[in-house]
Amino acid sequence: MRVHTYAIWPALTTAVALTLTGCSGSGGGDGGAAVLSAVWGDPQNPLEPANTNEVEGGKVLGMIFRGLKEYDPKTGKAENAVARSITTTDSRTFTVKLKKGWKFSNGEPITAHSFVDAWNYGASLKSNQKNAYFFGYIEGYDKVHPDTGKQTADSLSGLKVVNDQTFTIRLTQKFSTFPDTLGYVAFAPLPKAFFTDHAAWLAKPVGDGPYTIESYTKGAQMQLRKWDGYPGADKAENGGVDLKVYTDNNTAYTDLQAGNLDLVDDVPAQQLTHVRKDLGDRYLNTPAGIIQTLAFPFYDNDWNTAGAAKVRKGLSMAINRAQITKTIFQNTRTPATDWTSPVLGASGGYKEGLCGDYCDYNPTEAKQLIQEGGGIPGGQLKITYNADTGSHKEWVDAVCNSINNVLGDDKACVGSPVGTFADFRNLIGQDKLTGPFRAGWQMDYPLIQDFLQPLYYTDASSNDGKWSHKKFDKLVDQANAQTDPKKAVQLFQQAEGVLRDDMGAIPLWYQNGSAGWSGRLSHVALDPFSVPVYNEIKVG
Amino acid sequence: MGHYLIRRLLQMIPVFIGATLLIFLMVNVLGDPVAGLCGDKSCDPATAAQLKKEFGLDRPVLEQYLTYMGHLVTGDFGTAFNGQKVIDLMSSAFPVTIRLTVVAVLLEIVLGLGLGLFTGLSQGRVLDSAILLLTLVVISIPTFVTGLVLQLLLGVEWSWISPSVSTEAPFSELIVPGLVLASVSLAYVTRLTRTSIAENRRSDYVRTAVAKGLPRRRVVTRHLLRNSLIPVVTFIGTDIGALMGGAIVTERIFNIHGVGYQLYQGIVRQNSQTVVGFVTVLVLVFLVASLLVDLLYAVLDPRIRYA
Repeated sequence: MRVHTYAIWPALTTAVALTLTGCSGSGGGDGGAAVLSAVWGDPQNPLEPANTNEVEGGKVLGMIFRGLKEYDPKTGKAENAVARSITTTDSRTFTVKLKKGWKFSNGEPITAHSFVDAWNYGASLKSNQKNAYFFGYIEGYDKVHPDTGKQTADSLSGLKVVNDQTFTIRLTQKFSTFPDTLGYVAFAPLPKAFFTDHAAWLAKPVGDGPYTIESYTKGAQMQLRKWDGYPGADKAENGGVDLKVYTDNNTAYTDLQAGNLDLVDDVPAQQLTHVRKDLGDRYLNTPAGIIQTLAFPFYDNDWNTAGAAKVRKGLSMAINRAQITKTIFQNTRTPATDWTSPVLGASGGYKEGLCGDYCDYNPTEAKQLIQEGGGIPGGQLKITYNADTGSHKEWVDAVCNSINNVLGDDKACVGSPVGTFADFRNLIGQDKLTGPFRAGWQMDYPLIQDFLQPLYYTDASSNDGKWSHKKFDKLVDQANAQTDPKKAVQLFQQAEGVLRDDMGAIPLWYQNGSAGWSGRLSHVALDPFSVPVYNEIKVG
Repeated sequence: MGHYLIRRLLQMIPVFIGATLLIFLMVNVLGDPVAGLCGDKSCDPATAAQLKKEFGLDRPVLEQYLTYMGHLVTGDFGTAFNGQKVIDLMSSAFPVTIRLTVVAVLLEIVLGLGLGLFTGLSQGRVLDSAILLLTLVVISIPTFVTGLVLQLLLGVEWSWISPSVSTEAPFSELIVPGLVLASVSLAYVTRLTRTSIAENRRSDYVRTAVAKGLPRRRVVTRHLLRNSLIPVVTFIGTDIGALMGGAIVTERIFNIHGVGYQLYQGIVRQNSQTVVGFVTVLVLVFLVASLLVDLLYAVLDPRIRYA
């Protein structure tokens, strides 16, 4: 119990300001720039670039790694980081040239091998990396990571080192925006130490980003410090960040109020009603690259008819998005009007209103469409969701209420909870669902391609509903083959039109990222992935 | 006494095997743990198969259980999904929870017994009724409410304590969480002691002791309290295991990285190795605690003999 030297009874907001100097356990002693403390969760997987698929591990890797490209925290645009240039003439073979003078924080210079070795490791079936499929576009992936059986090669044949500063990538198909995917953390370079002493590296990862790891106590906290030798332009503006693992977001928020913590990057739903009163303008709520949709089981023949398309459109019109986002989510969600996310920006492919009337609440037309389409297959709509995280029950019940009201039938739609996320994934993986299910999508990189191809292309990795449409596939292929980004975006949007006309999935809302911080901090912002831009935060 | 001890220890074996087998089956029939590992996407089949093989999940459940128990004998609890040894998780989690439990049990004994003795001796007075009412209130309010209210009042409003416990979790930071954890049991101990004292106060041996002219202090401690302790000791003994396992709520509120936290993580991530490992140890704690309680009876009441 940390007893404060003063015991006053101030209002909540002043308490935060007053107690800051008294008890921020991570205060200073670092000479020069001060260190801030931020909330963290225990990463689910070992901290390796190609093995990290959740936000907590991603936060750390984003601080200690820089890849070929880096996404601009404001615009989401991919800018060169370690890469000097990435060029192509045919949208299929890419030549990568590296900047000189970059090194890892242990002094090892970054060469073409640092990337090629890391990618070969990430793709290899032997390494058990959960993000291995990111290398799936590179030639030779099927040998290194076959769907069944043993791998017949240890390295991707599509990667060739030309010299220390240059390597080439050959893809299995045309993919014009491929260079823009290379800012994703799975594509980070790895130092030799990663391969020679793997256990030691995992205990204390070494990268080439603006921060280095000073200490890491698994499950408890990680201390990151500014790396003075960092060659990049986005140097850290603070002395470092102490990431503290919290058992519960609510406790983190309480600690922020009490002045024990500087930064919370997910304000819990229970606190949303009074967050403005508590924190004033030290609270941020901006769109992130996350969209929530309802997917349908197209492997079930009842959903794969011409009439069912009308039913899906009717259901979409029966959902009162504006009301649900306001009352259930306190406006931390924005009603969706397309299948991407506002963080892409208009030039990146976000098109407000692309969904048209189908995403507007219209009870009379909704009822009419559902009836014309032959009613709900099976007579009752069961929306499946996992009940263990993310308070999905509340919104599923609300969506069902909305649909029931439109149809004038209390039992037309019911929620169907599944105990854990793993069970939920299991049901989806075995094609066992007979009705719609929640399908959240958090983008891997800010590209319209990432919102469409992995989710709706025939047999794509995350096409859980098994929706398939020849015209859509063809337009995506065409878009990928374009060398002009503008034309590519247009073609992707045409493909999105095909998705809309068949209502392959009902878009619900875009999710926002939120953050709250103490009076010690300034320049707090969230990037398009809703992760705080740590290196830009100023302390004091 | 020696025979009794050996018999009790032998009896523990089937209980232990039965309990662990049950937990193992429950965790394993829940579904495929690997399915949730790849975030909002599905794992690619090759990696999923490889992971299952690595964690031994591709074998029949009974075989998994036997291998698991075999490893257990050598002190190997397996590996959690994030690559950490479960034994390492335990060595960081158990000391914290044990400290928390010690605080809770001490509070139960000192406050619970003290209040119980006091109310038992001063039955019917205003303070007695007040304490009785208070314990009733504590029992009827869920722990998480008590915890959150104390955290908000003491931690944020008055700034007397830090609302969260630091990683090291020293005793000084665990007093309030310990109080919250102990609160309901504490109320029960108070009521149990009170009833027991009130009953024994009117018994023959107490009247005799008083008639002999023994000092009041000696009558209360040696005669009255000692005999009244048996039901209370039973309660506190079995409560130790319950407190350790039930710390999930308290640990979550006060950010304590103990057994409750690890169990919660294990369950949410469907990490069978973590869940089964921690529950196994908790089963052992229960068994040992109940054995100690039984042995303590003989100390409290020499009439109780073990054949």
